[in-house]
Amino acid sequence: MGNGVKKFMYVNRRAPYGTIYALEGLEVVLIGAAFDQEVCMVFVDDGVFQLKKGQDTAESNMKNFSPTYRALGDYDVNKLYVEKESLEQRGMSEDDLLELTYEDEDDDYKEKPSIRIVNREELADLMEQQDVILNY
Amino acid sequence: MLHTVNKSPFEKNSLDTCLRLAKSGSEILLLEDGVYAAVKGTAVEQKMRQALSDYTVYALGPDLKARGIEEDRLIDGIEVVGYDGFVDLAANSDRIQSWL
Repeated sequence: MGNGVKKFMYVNRRAPYGTIYALEGLEVVLIGAAFDQEVCMVFVDDGVFQLKKGQDTAESNMKNFSPTYRALGDYDVNKLYVEKESLEQRGMSEDDLLELTYEDEDDDYKEKPSIRIVNREELADLMEQQDVILNY
Repeated sequence: MLHTVNKSPFEKNSLDTCLRLAKSGSEILLLEDGVYAAVKGTAVEQKMRQALSDYTVYALGPDLKARGIEEDRLIDGIEVVGYDGFVDLAANSDRIQSWL
């Protein structure tokens, strides 16, 4: 790509609250979104827990940052790949995940889902297509 | 003795080592990312079911809630406690081992 646009992939492998990786990774994606690159996110291993719906941190006095994932669509981050095998190992399915959508400006601003469930072969292929891969 | 495990069983071997070295009859409290071990249908469910025959296993409620884990998703026999229950467990144990 000669127009300065690169394909960035952010790989998330950590659960949301036990360490700071998940929150830091999300913040970097939101900051990076200002640079008009082609961005996607991957959720693999314990990273799939970041997208679990129903998070409620009121009793544990932590910041619940799961609503922030809803903002990604407004920043043109609308490809969130979740590895099927990681979900299955954790007793989870797509129904356990946040319902994240974006408005497709090339298709009359129709609301479309941002989360795409992929298997490990598909994910490996996607990784081969990137210019920059950042892990959290 | 009270054992606490605060790491995800899918990422670290803290739970495995705890289960290997804890004496039968001990209490095990899952907290922080350790609570992911308490969920039904995972790759570690069988291991936890086995553990329940040797130990009393607790999971910290506020940490389950933070992670969006409903109580009906937990393996039967695992008891949910709040911070007050955590304090009671600690106060009633002669020794505590925190598996980090």
